[in-house]
Amino acid sequence: MDYVIEMLHIVKDFPGIRANDDITLQLRRGEIHALLGENGAGKSTLMSILFGLYQPDGGSIRKDGKEVRINDPNDANALGIGMVHQHFKLVHNFTVLENIILGAETVKNGRLIMGEARKKVMALSEKYHLKVDPDAKIEDITVGMQQRVEILKMLYRDNEILIFDEPTAVLTPQEIDELMKIMKGLTAEGKSILFITHKLNEIKAVADRCSVLRKGRYIGTVDVADTTKEEMSEMMVGRKVNFAVDKAPAQPGEVAFSVKDLTMRGPHGKNVVNDVSFDVRRGEIVCIAGIDGNGQSELVYALTGLMKQDRGTIMMKGHDISHATIRARNDHGLGHIPEDRHRYGLVLDYSLAENMVLKSYHKPGFQKHGFRNFTRMNEVTDQLIERFDIRSGQGGRTVARSMSGGNQQKAIVAREIFTDPDVLIAVQPTRGLDVGAIEYIHKQLVDARDAGKAVLLVSLELDEVMNLSDRILVMFEGEIVADVRPGDVTVQELGLYMAGSKRGKA
Amino acid sequence: MMKKTRGSGLGGFAASVLPSLIAIIVGLLFGFIILLISNPAQAVQGLKVILLGGFNDGLFGVGQTLYYATPLILTGLSVGFAFKTGLFNIGASGQLITGAFAAIWTAVNCDWLPGPLHWIVPILAAILVGGLWGAVPGLFKSLLGVNEVIACIMMNYIGMYGVNYLIKISNIYDKLKNQTVSVPSSAALPNGGLEHLFYKMRGNFVRFSSINIGFYIAVIAAVVIYVLLTKTTFGYELKACGYNRDASRFAGINEKRSVLMSMVIAGMLSGAAGAVMYLAKSDGLHIDVIEVLATQGFNGIPVALLGLSNPIGIVFSGIFIAHLNQGGYYLQKLNYMPEIIDIIIGAIIYFAAFSLIVRNVIAALARRREAKAVQGKGNER
Repeated sequence: MDYVIEMLHIVKDFPGIRANDDITLQLRRGEIHALLGENGAGKSTLMSILFGLYQPDGGSIRKDGKEVRINDPNDANALGIGMVHQHFKLVHNFTVLENIILGAETVKNGRLIMGEARKKVMALSEKYHLKVDPDAKIEDITVGMQQRVEILKMLYRDNEILIFDEPTAVLTPQEIDELMKIMKGLTAEGKSILFITHKLNEIKAVADRCSVLRKGRYIGTVDVADTTKEEMSEMMVGRKVNFAVDKAPAQPGEVAFSVKDLTMRGPHGKNVVNDVSFDVRRGEIVCIAGIDGNGQSELVYALTGLMKQDRGTIMMKGHDISHATIRARNDHGLGHIPEDRHRYGLVLDYSLAENMVLKSYHKPGFQKHGFRNFTRMNEVTDQLIERFDIRSGQGGRTVARSMSGGNQQKAIVAREIFTDPDVLIAVQPTRGLDVGAIEYIHKQLVDARDAGKAVLLVSLELDEVMNLSDRILVMFEGEIVADVRPGDVTVQELGLYMAGSKRGKA
Repeated sequence: MMKKTRGSGLGGFAASVLPSLIAIIVGLLFGFIILLISNPAQAVQGLKVILLGGFNDGLFGVGQTLYYATPLILTGLSVGFAFKTGLFNIGASGQLITGAFAAIWTAVNCDWLPGPLHWIVPILAAILVGGLWGAVPGLFKSLLGVNEVIACIMMNYIGMYGVNYLIKISNIYDKLKNQTVSVPSSAALPNGGLEHLFYKMRGNFVRFSSINIGFYIAVIAAVVIYVLLTKTTFGYELKACGYNRDASRFAGINEKRSVLMSMVIAGMLSGAAGAVMYLAKSDGLHIDVIEVLATQGFNGIPVALLGLSNPIGIVFSGIFIAHLNQGGYYLQKLNYMPEIIDIIIGAIIYFAAFSLIVRNVIAALARRREAKAVQGKGNER
């Protein structure tokens, strides 16, 4: 078999933990090979070894059947290995072309020669249908286009083994489709791709073979075409995972949350939220679907008080909270799982325990005459750690910054559910989490619903929208263009609403 | 898995003090090298004098150390408290000098105040004015988003020139000496019994140390700030705003008010420092009408750094720096130039600033180890 790169029996130890334990990964020429595993399964370590950032403690790496040593990223580059990192490494005030040639400039007598580079970039862009404008500044182009610049960077350096580290995490559904096409185009031209992800749909859509890691161990490699999603997720998690969210039909009660004619002007005079009206009843999960950037974030900011709306009213449990402070809204029973967990969700330098009381530290029981009650804080924290299975090095004393992303998100969800809100606004509550954690958080949201809470879910993931919601509102360019039930609509139809090519009664 | 979630134990304490100790040792080594260069014969003796500090002159010297430490502790608290709440109060100088002016003016003009009120009211006046001086950058920051460092530096100059001007047009100006007049002796801070501990005998003549109840005030202020920061909801809010203003807003904290209150409290502490400096003795310090910013305000920055912004740590670091200053004073007996002493103290303070970096390195290492441990735990699933 023609393997372009082989990592054989790789072992990597860190103090106190074996991150990679006898892992074998063989990449065929011209294939898309998915690397699947939960957060912390050892994917990043393995790729760092391949990229020369770490040295393995055991095992060997072969390129085209010959054993090689990769001491640093320059060696990797020389062997034709390139990587698109999850967080792009681009200079924001440079143009696309400048970013692509950065570090591989053609220089004549100390002068930069751009002409040839431009020709090569244009040719590559044409060949792989990457559609980038070489003279646009990075800060002016979309995330999807920035990613294509990263791909061009690899192609410009004639890399033939391309590593994509969770490339779809930052993309809209349309951009994801586009990326899949590009990836297939690349392999058709003889490039080989390693695709790191924990999204099974994408593996199904694009990958040829898939290697699964779990807890630092190699579980196996399967042909994607002959394997179901369920089988792959079982390999990844080590137990059966329930994809269909288990929930009884909704029993909507009274209206708990009501928005009327909400309008917010954007920075360029256009309304980013335009005359939005909807109700959320107790005991139902209403989902706002839409492509990122169609006003969902601004809408949530207005509902939670982080931004002022220009017009419109927000009623909660019969009270007008349109101009209430954030504290008043919170204390009135509004819970909010924010989109940006590092910016809004957590004080990263506070301990886990102090983050757990971020919204209740001022309430009786947690303080007396302005003095805090640490015993109560620690009790509550210990309870929540146990109930929500939040993993941290030193329990409640762990600094939030040192926790993994999934556990940070669990902590936020735990806090918001603990405050027992009547209305819970959850914005992309499962972004970046692995299937196990997603399953868990979905269950919490359904439990909140069944306990008679009104849940407003904002999500970009169509699967999540279809599985979890009792009612779907589609937002497009600041307006609600559809109000449908998940049973009455197909994913394709939903996609049309989201793209603005179809409108229903709002 | 019910783990105790108490504050850090003794290990955490050692870890937090360690970087300051390293800075001090490196600074002293550096000082020793300077001593060796300038006068090799007496270098070892010189180092001993520096290390002994106030102890060179028995308890009297210790009293002097504590006396000089008092304003350092207060300005250190001012800077350190602001650090804890995410602000850099470089305006301690202006807050200190305006506070000092308020104290002297009140002491001279309100001599009808009975008994202890004659020194209590001037201190309160200084705290009030210092707080106002801190409030201005606080307002600019919270309402307009102006960086507090810039606003504080402006307020330093406005404070210095403003005080110079006000001294000249008021009745507390001593034209001959171009400085403020001496405060009435009833307005000077009492010794509060400390003179019976810190004195020395010159033959049959007793010489008392300058230490006074200002030292008590500084220590009480440190305890109050410590309790405020660690035990109260108010302190929780202030620190949360310092770490992450967005998340604080998200949690319903009025972050604009928090920023303002942080600067006001910092200003009040520096104002108090001005009062205890200039009310120490009736014929002690006077504000000179010169165009130089009050350096005592800036000395609070290294004190806060060396104390790692911990109020209790600041008490010790303030005393330590005063101790070195005293040592430097006695170093003159060994024919070292006074400038050498300033260089050595400067070096130690300089390395103290590195203690922050050292701490960050230690913290990063600990974090990495912790992250590994968490990963390990995750893998036991």
